[in-house]
Amino acid sequence: MENSPDPAASLLEVRGISKSFGAVRALQEVDFTLRAGEIHALLGENGAGKSTLIKVITGVFPRDAGIVRISGEEVAPRSAKAALQTGIATVYQEVNLLPNLSVAQNLFLDRQPMRFGIVREGEMRRRAKTLLADFGLDIDVSAPLGNYSVAVQHVTAIARAVDLSARVLILDEPTASLDRHEVEILFGIMRQLAKRGIGIVFVSHFLDQVYEISDRITVLRNGRLVGERETASLSRLELIRMMLGRELAETTSARASAGAQKTREVCASFENYGKAGYVAPFNLELRHGEVVGLAGLLGSGRTETARLVFGAERADCGQARVEGTPVRLQSPRDGVRHGFGYCAEERKTDGIVAELTVRENIVLALQAKRGLHRPLSRREQDEIAGRYVKMLDIRPPDPERPVGLLSGGNQQKVLLARWLATTPRLLVLDEPTRGIDVGAHAEIIRLIRELCDDGLALLVISSELDEIVTYSDRVVVLRDRAHVEELAGEDIDVGSILAAIAADGASIAHEGRA
Amino acid sequence: MKGLPPVLITAVVLVAGFALCAVQFPNIASTRVVGNLLTDNAFLGIVATGMTFVIISGGIDLSVGSVIGFTTVFVALAIERWGMPPLVAFVAILALSAAFGAAMGAVIHVFDLPPFIVTLAGMFLARGASFLLSTQSVPITAPVYSTVSDFALRLPGGGRLTAVAIIMLTIVIGGALLLKLTRFGANVYALGGSRATASLMGVAVGRMTVKIYMLSSLLAGIAGIVFSFYTSAGYSLSAVGVELDTIAAVVIGGTLLTGGQGSVIGTFFGVLIQGMIQTYINFDGTLSSWWTKIATGVLLFAFIVLQQGLVALARRPVVKRAGAVS
Repeated sequence: MENSPDPAASLLEVRGISKSFGAVRALQEVDFTLRAGEIHALLGENGAGKSTLIKVITGVFPRDAGIVRISGEEVAPRSAKAALQTGIATVYQEVNLLPNLSVAQNLFLDRQPMRFGIVREGEMRRRAKTLLADFGLDIDVSAPLGNYSVAVQHVTAIARAVDLSARVLILDEPTASLDRHEVEILFGIMRQLAKRGIGIVFVSHFLDQVYEISDRITVLRNGRLVGERETASLSRLELIRMMLGRELAETTSARASAGAQKTREVCASFENYGKAGYVAPFNLELRHGEVVGLAGLLGSGRTETARLVFGAERADCGQARVEGTPVRLQSPRDGVRHGFGYCAEERKTDGIVAELTVRENIVLALQAKRGLHRPLSRREQDEIAGRYVKMLDIRPPDPERPVGLLSGGNQQKVLLARWLATTPRLLVLDEPTRGIDVGAHAEIIRLIRELCDDGLALLVISSELDEIVTYSDRVVVLRDRAHVEELAGEDIDVGSILAAIAADGASIAHEGRA
Repeated sequence: MKGLPPVLITAVVLVAGFALCAVQFPNIASTRVVGNLLTDNAFLGIVATGMTFVIISGGIDLSVGSVIGFTTVFVALAIERWGMPPLVAFVAILALSAAFGAAMGAVIHVFDLPPFIVTLAGMFLARGASFLLSTQSVPITAPVYSTVSDFALRLPGGGRLTAVAIIMLTIVIGGALLLKLTRFGANVYALGGSRATASLMGVAVGRMTVKIYMLSSLLAGIAGIVFSFYTSAGYSLSAVGVELDTIAAVVIGGTLLTGGQGSVIGTFFGVLIQGMIQTYINFDGTLSSWWTKIATGVLLFAFIVLQQGLVALARRPVVKRAGAVS
C-alpha cells in the first residue's frame, strides 16, 4: 500500500480477510479500502479471488478471518439482504432482478407504497419514473423488465440499489454484455453517483474501461493482495505485471533448452481463421514436437482461439489444414476425427466425470472415437489405464478409484491420459496447471515437454507467464480478441510478453456483445 | 406480469365454445344452465384459485384432492358421530387443513425439497387419513345442510345462484384482488420468477412459501366443505384426481406451469371451460362422460403448446425500444 488512507474518508475497510474452500486457499489476508466518492477498480485474473472477496464482503460466503468496517463500524452480514441493510449493494453481470415483474415492481419489491393493505400502483409507477429519470431513463415502468435490454436492466438494478440507500455499490463485470454506447451511459451514471459520495467497486477485465473510469486500482493475484495504486500514476505495463507477472529474475533463467531451432513438420495450420465477434482472423501454424503458448489477459481470446482450433466453435472465415490437407472443423467430433484433443479449463464441469473410475475416464474419448459398436474389452481397458497411470504417475496408482477422490493435479493427469489414449497429433491444453499444487505444477510442465519431444504438437493456454516461457517454442500474444504478436526462440521472455499485452494500440476495448 | 394475451385466448375459447354449444342446444344459453354450471363446479373454482397462487409461485400442490376428500369425511363424522355443531366442525377442519398446508410449505422450504414430492406425500397422507376415519360414505343430515342447499338467489330467467356458487365467486374475486393488488401477490410472482433472486431482493421466501401452501390447503378445505354441501355426505374416495383437473384449469387459464405468470380470472375461465364441456356432453346425451376428459386433454395440450410458443417468442433477441436509454 502506497498511501495510508485517511480513516475518516474510508467508507469500506476490509482488513486481513482469509477464506478457504477445503484445502484451497481462495483469499489470504486480503486488505481493501474504498473511500467515499471514489470509483475503485478491483482487478485480477481468473481465480485471483475477486468474486470470493465480493462474496465474503456481502456475506454470501462466511469468512474464516478478518474484519469488514463500514464508516468505521464493524459489520458481519450473513446474507446479501443483511449486507444491503448495512449499505452494501451488489449488481452482478447476470442482473439479479425478476424479468417477469414490471420495472416498477422490481424497483419497489417488498417495499411498495401501500394504503389499506393495497399496493398503490399509480404512486409506485410515479416514483419509479422519477427514480429512473435521475438515471436518464424514460421507459414504460409498467412493462415487464424482461422486455428491455440488458443495459436498461443494469440501470434498473443500480437504481434500486441506490434507492435502498446503498453507500457502497459493487458492480461485478457490469459492462460485459453492453455495447460501447451503453457503457458510456453506465459510466456517466457511475460518475454521478460517485459525486454524491457513494463508493463504487468496479470489477472488470476491460483495462481500457478501468483506465477510463476508475480513480484507484486494487490488484489481487492467487488470493493475495498485490497492491493498491492510483490509476493516474500506474502505467499499463506496471498494471499487467501486477496482474500476471512474478519476480522476473527467477523466471528468465528457467527457460528450457527449447532453443534448438530446427524446422519441424507442420501438423496443422490455420490461415486467416476467425469468427466475427469471437476472435479476429489469425494465422497459426502448429508443428510436430513444438509447444505454442497462448498468452493474454482474461477475455483476450485465448480460450476462443483454442475452441476454434479444436472445432468446438465454427469459424466463419479462413482455411484450416491438417498435414497440408484442407479440412473443415465444424464440431468437436471433426476435431477428434483429425486427431485433435482438447483439455478444457473447467475440469470439473467440462472434463472429468467425477463418479466414474480413473480407468473409465481414461478410455472415454478413445471409446467415443471408436464408436459404440466396437467396444473396448475390459482387458484392453485395463491395459490402457494401467499404462497411463504408470506413464503419467497418477497417484494413488489405482485405476478403479473414482476420479472425484483424486487431487486436482492427478485429475488433470487423468484428463491428459484420456486424450493421449486417442493418440492425437495435436493436443490443446487450456490452463493445465490451474488449481493444482506446486509440486504437481512442475510435473505437468515436465509432461508437456516430454509429450512434445515425442512429436506431439501442443497448444497451451496459461495465465502463468513464467510457466509459458518455460515450455513454449513460440508464444502467441492476444489482446482484445485478436492475435497481436508472435514471439519465438530467444525473444520469448516475460518482459516482452507483458510489453505486447500492454502495448497501447488504438484498440477499441470490445465491440458489440461479448 | 401482464398475463393478458393467454387470458384473452382462454376467454375467446370460452365464449366461442359457449356460442357453439348454444347454436346446437339453444337451451344452454339460459341462466338456469349457467347457474347449475357454477354450482356444479364451485368446489373446483375454489381449489383452483389456491392452485393458481401455488403454480404462479413456481410450485405445485398435488394434495388438494385428498384434502377435499379428508374434509368431507371429517365434517360428516364430526357432525353426525361426534356431535359437533357444524360451524365448529368447519372451523376445526379449516384450521387443520391450513396447518397441513403450512407444514408442507415449511418442509419444502426448510429441506429444499421439490414441491412435487412433498405434496405427493401430502396427497397420500391425507387420503390415507380419510380412510382411517371411515371407509364408508357417511350421510350428513344436519339441518344447516338443507338450509344452505335450499338457499339461492333467483336469477332472471329461472336460474338459481346457489350459496356454494356465491361462495365460489366471492373467493375467486377475493383471490384475484389478493394476487393483483397486494404485496403478497407481488411476492408470489417474484417467487415464480426466481426464488434465489427474490430472496436477494429481500422477499422472505420461507415465510411466503409457507403462506402460499397454507392458502392452497385452506381453500382445498373450503372446497371440501362446499363439496359436502353439494353431496350431503362425506366419503373418503371423493374428489380423487381433482388435483389434476385443478392443474388443468389453471394451465388452460393461461398460467405458466413454470411459474411467474398467470391470473385468477384466467383460472376461473379454465374452470368454466371444463364445466361447459361437461354440460355439452350432458345435453348431447349420447356421449360418454369420459369425453370431458378427452376434450380437456386436447385443450390442455393446445394451451401448453401455445404457452411454449409465447415463451419462445419472448426469448427472442429483444428489439430495443427506441429511446430506452437516452
